[in-house]
Parts: sequence; C-alpha cells; structure tokens
Amino acid sequence: MADIELRNLTKRFGTLTAVDSVDLDVDAGEVMCLLGPSGCGKTTTLRMIGGLEWASEGDIFIAGKRVNNLKPAQRDIAMVFQFYALYPSLTVAENLAYPLHAEKLDNAEIDKRVLRIAKILELDHALNRIPGRLSEGEKQRVAVGRAIIRNPQCFLFDEPLSRLDIALRQEMRGQIKMLLSDLNKASVIVTHDQIEALTIGDRIAVMRDGLIEQVATPHEIFASPANKFVAGFIGTPQMNLLDGRDLKLNGGGIELQICRQGLTLPIDSTIFKPVSAQAEIIIGVRPRSFDLASESAADTLSGKIDLIEPMGAETLLHVTTEVEELRVVTDHRAAPPLGSLIHVRPRAGQLHLFNSDGKRISA
Amino acid sequence: MIKKQEIGKAGLGRSAITAVISFIYFFPVLWIILTAFKTHTDALTVPPKFFFTPTLENFSAVFSRVYRTGGEAVDTKFDLFFFNSIFIAGTSVLIALIIGTLAAYAFSRYPLKGNETYMFIILTTRMLPPIIVIIPIFLMFRVTGLAGSYLGIIMLYAAFNLPFTIWMMKSFFDELPREVEDAARMDGSSEIKVFFKICLPQVKAGIAATAVFGLILTWNEYLFALLLTGIETRTVPVAMASTIGGDIGVRWGLLAAIETLFLIPVVLVTFLLQNQLLRGVTFGTIKR
Repeated sequence: MADIELRNLTKRFGTLTAVDSVDLDVDAGEVMCLLGPSGCGKTTTLRMIGGLEWASEGDIFIAGKRVNNLKPAQRDIAMVFQFYALYPSLTVAENLAYPLHAEKLDNAEIDKRVLRIAKILELDHALNRIPGRLSEGEKQRVAVGRAIIRNPQCFLFDEPLSRLDIALRQEMRGQIKMLLSDLNKASVIVTHDQIEALTIGDRIAVMRDGLIEQVATPHEIFASPANKFVAGFIGTPQMNLLDGRDLKLNGGGIELQICRQGLTLPIDSTIFKPVSAQAEIIIGVRPRSFDLASESAADTLSGKIDLIEPMGAETLLHVTTEVEELRVVTDHRAAPPLGSLIHVRPRAGQLHLFNSDGKRISA
Repeated sequence: MIKKQEIGKAGLGRSAITAVISFIYFFPVLWIILTAFKTHTDALTVPPKFFFTPTLENFSAVFSRVYRTGGEAVDTKFDLFFFNSIFIAGTSVLIALIIGTLAAYAFSRYPLKGNETYMFIILTTRMLPPIIVIIPIFLMFRVTGLAGSYLGIIMLYAAFNLPFTIWMMKSFFDELPREVEDAARMDGSSEIKVFFKICLPQVKAGIAATAVFGLILTWNEYLFALLLTGIETRTVPVAMASTIGGDIGVRWGLLAAIETLFLIPVVLVTFLLQNQLLRGVTFGTIKR
C-alpha cells in the first residue's frame, strides 16, 4: 500500500483550475519529485497534501487514512518550506524544538533530540543564534532539522534548494539524498530544477497546467518521455522537436520531410505499425544524439551555424535550416567555425517519435 | 568614536547641512526650554538673552502659585492633570492596540467578502474633522453621563486611535511571510499559538511605532479634552490653555515650564522605543 495516495485531487481558485484530477501514489520510502514549470500546480498539490490548502475535489490518503478534513498538525507530516520559514524571533535551538513542544515531550528529551539533530546537521555552533544571523546554508539545515526532528509519516519539501547558490546546492543535494534514504519515509519534493529531480527522485511526476504528464523513474523519463511536453522539458539543452511530413515507409525505415529536407531514418521494427498509421509525426532528437557528417547524405540534415555556445567540454551549436533551428552538441574540439554549413546525422536508436497530438509512439 | 565614524560616512558637508537644518527645527524647542528657566523680566527682554541666571521658580509655580499679588500660594492641581494626561493617553492607546492588533490580524489573514470596503469604512471614521463630530458626541456624552468621566474620554480616544491602529497593524501583518505561519501549523500549533508565539513577536516594531504615534496624537489632543473632561479629569493641554492670562499679562516663563514638563514623557517614550521605532517606520522598505 502506498503511503501517500492522491485520488482525483482537484483544486480550483475561482474559475482557475490549479490542480486538475491528479492521481498519484508515493510508496513507503520512496522519494517523489513533482517537477514542472512555475504555475503548473505542483506547490498547490504539495500544500494540499500538507493540509495548508483544502482540496476542491478528490481524496488524500496518508498511510491508508483519508486526511482531507484533518488539520495540518493532525496529519503527522513534516514540511520544509521554500523560504525556510524559520521562526524569526526564536533561536536555532528553539526553532528545532518547536515541533516537539506540540508533542508534549519532556524538556530533557527535547534537549537530547535537539542536540542530536544539531550534531547531524553541523549546527552545534549556531544553537543560540536567531535565524537572521545564519548563513543561507545554515538556515536551510535548520529548516531540514526542524522537519526531521519529529518522526512523521512522510516529508514534504517545497523547492528546498532554490535559494542556495550553485556550489551549496550541489552539496546539499547530495546531503538531502542521503538523508532521505536514511529516513526511508515517503517524501514529496517540489522542484522546477530538473537536475534536482533527476538526482534526488526515485520517481518523477512531471506536471503542466495542473495535470500530471508522466510519472516514471528518472531514467525512464529521460529515455522515453511520454509526450512532446516532457520530451522538451527534461534534458538540457532542450530536445529538438521537428515536424516530419510526407511520411512514407521504406524497408527498414521511414522516408519523410524534415525542415524541407528529404530524410531517410531507420526506426525500430516494433513501432513500424503505429508509425505507418500516421501521416505526420514529430521527431525528437536530443542535441547529443547527432553525429557530424562530412558530407550531405540521405540520412543527414544540413544547416548553417549561426550561434556557438561553448559549454566547457562540449559546445552547443545553433544550426539554422530553412524553417527550423537545430540544437546540436558536439565535442568542443570538433566544433566547426561560425557560419559554416554542416551536416548532422541523427543517431539510430536515439530517436523519439510522437504523433501529431504530441503522444509518444510506442509498440 | 561612533559619531566621528558616522560623520566620516556622510561627509563633512552633509553633516554640517544636517546640523544647520536640525538647529532651525529645534530652535523653537530650545527657546521654550531656555525660557522655562528665565525670570519674568528675562523672558520679555528684547533681544532675547542666551546667558542668564537660571531659576526654577517657574517650575514650582506650575504646581502651586500665587494668583493675586499679596495672596497665598494655591495648589494648581497640575500634578493631577499630568497624571490624567498620562493615564488617559496610556489606557486609550493600550485599548486601541489590543483591539486594533487583533482586528488587523483578522483583516489580514481571514479577509471577508468586501474586505477592502470594510477597511475603507473604518478609515472614513477619521475623515470628518473633529469639530464637526464634536457636537453630536458632546450631546451623547451629556445624555449618557459620560461627560467628565475617565471612562468617557478613554473610550473616545480609544475609538479615535482604533482606525489608525488597524490600518498600521494590517500593513505590518501583510508584510509577514505566510510560510512561517504555515510551518507553525504543520508543527502542531493552534491558531492562537500561531498568533501569539509566531506573528506577534515579528510585529513588535510595528506595535511600538503605532503606540508612539497614537500616544503623541492623544497626548496633544485639545478640542475633545476641552469639552468632554471635567475638572477632575482635565488633561494638560486644556489646563495649559487656561493658564494663559492673569494679572501681570501672559507669564511666558510659566507656560514654557509647563511645555517643558509636557515634552518630557513624549521624548522619553520615543527615546526608549527608538530602535523599534526606526524599524517600524522603515518596515517594508527593505527587500527581504
């Protein structure tokens, strides 16, 4: 049985539907990342699980119990907020102890737990400071500490790392991942940072406009995105999504028009049948799935380089064709000069095919 | 040391300009304080004297003085009037703060349908000039027997301070991050505890600023006090006004002494709360 179950969960603000019939299961010990652009309803979903917003429709179950009508405090959940939400007038020690007071623990026990958590999170030196005198990283650790000091059913994180600088974020990302696997509780993390979602999450739920677009493991979501939106949203640089017209089957592959250039592409025989039913498809090619070709061929696309973005070991080329722009990543040593005409070959087996509705074509 | 550093930061020119402007503004106050220590003759000298033999006779005359030449010194009851001013201003501001802070929190966190309209209506009570409302209020006080009582004037001042308090405190509550309250709710706090333990400590500066503004407003109020207080509940501004006149003309030294004494509580309160006050009036101007 899943530890957190959402059934047909809906939230409306006036005429706006922020969260639209969301169904989601988070198993015990599993870390679920809600990922999506801002305004997609991920934070609202989290706040409904926490009891900070009422659900307009649908049910929320925590450990099998329907909690829709319970107050946040009665749901046995801990939450880490985006802006940490530390109590400004209380010291770090008092902040950490705050949730324990509600549980009516005696003072000796509270002190013991505060010291233990402070030790784990390296906050011993700051126990008597107020939050205003802490660094961003310390504030973040206090916020996490305040959540894990109790022993709740599950954890909610709202953009926990968004306020940290890049170096600190990478460090905390690792720490949170380790912490979560130690805690072994159902956790939901809201983030708009796909790297964060891909690294921390056991599974990722990609949301858009209040709907869940896909729920899958990080690997699966990257390797076989369920639709055009997920394909474009996950992965940097963004996947090329190219319209393919005049589709014809041709032996082991397909013949089609991409960017007004005729192209023959080999495809997997298992999806031969569903592909053949389509007149137009969308071909998704990740920027790293192109090979440079020395000359134009039946399976290459040609275009002119009009922008070069060095990314360290790799270089991102913006290649203009007659109608669409391609993003191509190459090794920085192999990058051709600006303005030159190049030919790129999409690697067989690394193509993503979507039908005209944007759904993935699969066997 | 600190002063030197601050001058260094602002630059000598700016510090000098500030000093000159401050002097222009504070000169009347300085003149009042100097006059309070002058004899009647010194006070009337033209051009004004800046070096003279100070005397405390004006201050003792505030509390008991000879009204007619050759008469006996009579108690002026000014000690009572000072007590009245402090008691009435303090109590009414306290009442306005208690009611106003709770109301402001409610308006900020649990908005009603048409919240803005309610807030506007509350503000409209302060739009009429006091001189217009004084007649109906005077009649009401006569009928209910509140005229001349502490209860009446305290209630009136509390009611007058309330709209201002609600508006001020609402803006302070509006500025607080809601997340912190949400966190407290998740951590098992009741709404009452969220308010007292989490919100209230964060608006301490706002409460201080509101209190000082309210105190100064009430402390200086003259018109209502004139018409609605009795001889036992009279406040200093009213008593001061009735001191003008007498057989030897206006006693400037005496008036200046009353004013000097009248200044002390305001200066004291402002001084004690200055740190909170500074944070209060600059609240919201600094990005979180």
